[in-house]
Amino acid sequence: MKRALFILLRNPLSVLGLTLVGLVVLAAVFADYVAPFPDHKGAVVDFLNFNKAPEWPYLFGTDLVGRDILSRILFAYRISLTLGVVVLALAVPVGVTVGLIAGYIGGRTEFVLMRLTDVFLSIPPLVLAMSMMGLLEPSLTNGMMAVTVMWWPWYARLVYNLTRSEREEGYVLAAEVIGASRLHVMFREILPNCVPSILTKMTIDFGFVILIASSLSFLGLGVQPPTPDLGSMVAEGAKYLPDSWWLTVFPGLAILVVVFGFNLIGDALREILGVEQ
Amino acid sequence: MTAPTLAIDDLRLGFRGWAGTVEVLHGISLHIAKGERVALVGESGSGKSVTARLVLGLVQELRGARFSGRMAFEGRDLGALSRREREALRGDRISMIFQDPTSSLNPVYTIDTLFHEVLRRGAPGIGAAEAREKAIAALADVAITDPERVLRSYAFQLSGGMNQRVLIAMALANNPALLLADEPGTALDVTVQAQTLALMQSLVARHGTSMLFISHNLGVVREFADRVYVIYKGRIVEQGPTEGLFEAPLHPYTRALMAAVPRITGEGIPEIDEEQTGFYDPLVAHPGYSEAELRP
Amino acid sequence: MSPVVRLLIKRIATSFIVLVGVSLLIFTIARVIPGDPARIALGPNASAEAVEALRDKLHLNDAFVVQYGYFIADLARGDLGQSLYSNRPVTQDIAAYLPATLELVFFAGATMILIGVPLGMLAARYRDRPLDHGIRLFTMLGVSAPDFVWAVILMLIFAYFLPIFPIAGRISDSFAVPPVTGFLTIDSLIAGDFAAFGNVLWHLALPAFALSFAGIGQSARLTRANMVETYRKPFIEMALAFGFPQGRIARRFAFKPSMIPSLTVIGLDLASMLGNAFLVEQIFAWPGLSRYGVAVILRKDLNAIVGTVLIISAMFLIVNIVVDLLVALINPRIRLSQRSS
Repeated sequence: MKRALFILLRNPLSVLGLTLVGLVVLAAVFADYVAPFPDHKGAVVDFLNFNKAPEWPYLFGTDLVGRDILSRILFAYRISLTLGVVVLALAVPVGVTVGLIAGYIGGRTEFVLMRLTDVFLSIPPLVLAMSMMGLLEPSLTNGMMAVTVMWWPWYARLVYNLTRSEREEGYVLAAEVIGASRLHVMFREILPNCVPSILTKMTIDFGFVILIASSLSFLGLGVQPPTPDLGSMVAEGAKYLPDSWWLTVFPGLAILVVVFGFNLIGDALREILGVEQ
Repeated sequence: MTAPTLAIDDLRLGFRGWAGTVEVLHGISLHIAKGERVALVGESGSGKSVTARLVLGLVQELRGARFSGRMAFEGRDLGALSRREREALRGDRISMIFQDPTSSLNPVYTIDTLFHEVLRRGAPGIGAAEAREKAIAALADVAITDPERVLRSYAFQLSGGMNQRVLIAMALANNPALLLADEPGTALDVTVQAQTLALMQSLVARHGTSMLFISHNLGVVREFADRVYVIYKGRIVEQGPTEGLFEAPLHPYTRALMAAVPRITGEGIPEIDEEQTGFYDPLVAHPGYSEAELRP
Repeated sequence: MSPVVRLLIKRIATSFIVLVGVSLLIFTIARVIPGDPARIALGPNASAEAVEALRDKLHLNDAFVVQYGYFIADLARGDLGQSLYSNRPVTQDIAAYLPATLELVFFAGATMILIGVPLGMLAARYRDRPLDHGIRLFTMLGVSAPDFVWAVILMLIFAYFLPIFPIAGRISDSFAVPPVTGFLTIDSLIAGDFAAFGNVLWHLALPAFALSFAGIGQSARLTRANMVETYRKPFIEMALAFGFPQGRIARRFAFKPSMIPSLTVIGLDLASMLGNAFLVEQIFAWPGLSRYGVAVILRKDLNAIVGTVLIISAMFLIVNIVVDLLVALINPRIRLSQRSS
């Protein structure tokens, strides 16, 4: 633990990552208090101050109906982070279970489960989520579902590969010899040894879930207005390039900052936990 | 008297890590005369392998490595050579054989390609056809009966013993003055290992190559070396002629080593209890075999 | 039969199974969702009889398995049905839009490999030195923003503030290239119109680079990781001990073995560009499959959605098969034995 902290704090990049993610989380949680214009998260109109370039008190400028971009970014972070948590909370257990079962039981079960995983992995990620969103109604909940559906196979793949190599290890054989149940071997013996890899992947994926979700709403297939969302803010602003550049550039950079932060932490975790890419 | 093929004086090496500097070698001195076969014996972690890599200049490039001392090859101070000059010695004048032959051969190139690359060290402009001819001769020298097939193959298609022979042939292909053998064939089974070592012995004798033989296998060392240095935790503790040293070990560590090894099978060194009395005693040289007496 | 041919046949067979799975999956999603496609197609003012007639015509009143059977039978004849959005056969629509997307993806993929892989090699060779840290930072930035953000930033910088590149489109209006393949690079060469060819490349530059940015990061990081791993192998130490020149070791002896694990993942990156192209096409008004895809999704045009997803998945699988073949060709272990992986 001490060593972990040492490595984490020694590397200026991981400190930067922790700082970025920490600031974003704090800002999102306390958006109501931090945001300069808390009521701009909704359908507010202020035609006196519309489409303003960055200037005090609108640090990042205002949008076409006069809402403060910075405030909307902070509230959009709320949505993004919630989405990340929910998607991973749903996708990881499903993927891990499928991977464990396929890798440990083997045989026909393995064939069916892994081919199923292949099917999901054979549709380009964004296209799968897009078509799901199109067939359902674009909304936050459906967006989460769509991203979850495209995400679990990656964990199935990861855990499947890990399980296949762990299956031959001495401790697994030992547990089997003394008559431990399959369930016990899978979840109490093998799973704990996969945790470092899963944890590292989750950290990095948290950023990528946010990224994909923003791509969906960029295409108009995610969170619907007036709820603030980074992807749809970029899409909306892109129509007014280059003159109203602040409409797109700041929400775009906001995505970059949070995903970059998670990537930096994930990189450090990888080193600490000794996980290979 | 001409300069020894290799002379090492007071060689020290440490690695700086996040827990401070770890000393690996505490000032060792040894030499190899022309045509002599010298064994460096010790447990794993004693610093014997790193010594060979220092001679080749492989360790110096690692980050955090700090070393001092003098190494001379045929009278030339290796420390005074430029990086380029030092690299020019490798594979041409000095070459090396490794522990696991199969993983030492690049898996995505045929033996033919690798051999061409090796021969290019001795003769930079050598063409494919000429290299092939030379390689076939070199492989025939290590008692490979179908060199053509071997050349066409990848390492993973050949047996470990075969790969060991290929590696020996490569190491001797450019007629080096010094061959460093780092636990050759330890990864192979005992009979194959014995065969290839016997082969290596006769080739080295024929070419007049000097040799540093690094091993933890006392049985092999006894058969193979003219002289022996025993190394313990980065210090040479005993040196002498092979027979004399095996008949009458003088240093407490060497004695413990001999006592622990099953004589007949000549297996590797088993675990020896940590730090019995006298293991850190100063270097003992057999009469007439100290560095001062042997070197002009 | 050579192992590579055997591998090819095996991969095509499994890909076919996967494709059937994909069609089932997307078909299921398309049928279980709420909303009546016939009603959506005809609009709220159509009569109940008209809707019912269309439902019959589209087999919507049959059991699910029967519907799927009709679908597969049509598919076998190369018929993906009629698009309710464009009133044209879906295959015709896709044939019209796909080349632009493929052309973009091809150039983005080439950019990714030509920049990403050498960057990774450099980082591995100078690992833990400043250059390595610099490359790591750069590549991490690359993967940390969606392609549309890079598209916006590149466009602002290189098309507006420094007007070096065009803002949108595939080719300037002043050029007329007779359509043959739909790939403007190829068509302009067929026509022998090199000015047009240059103009097409000029239009491709920014979108292709924006699309490749994340892939550059991915492939550079992957190449670095695998190269570093390879540098620890005994055969590299052997090469060093035998004095093979450092540059040669990096370019030949370490590179080729490292590419074997890298290639598979780089192939996946390349294939995922087929999806990400949608994002870049939106920003640069690229007349590819994206606008069609988004439009039919928003209109719940079932045939068109199923067709688009199927085609993209098929492309995705083809890319992966090609990559597997490449891996087999550079890995003698696969080339010479039947074992895959």
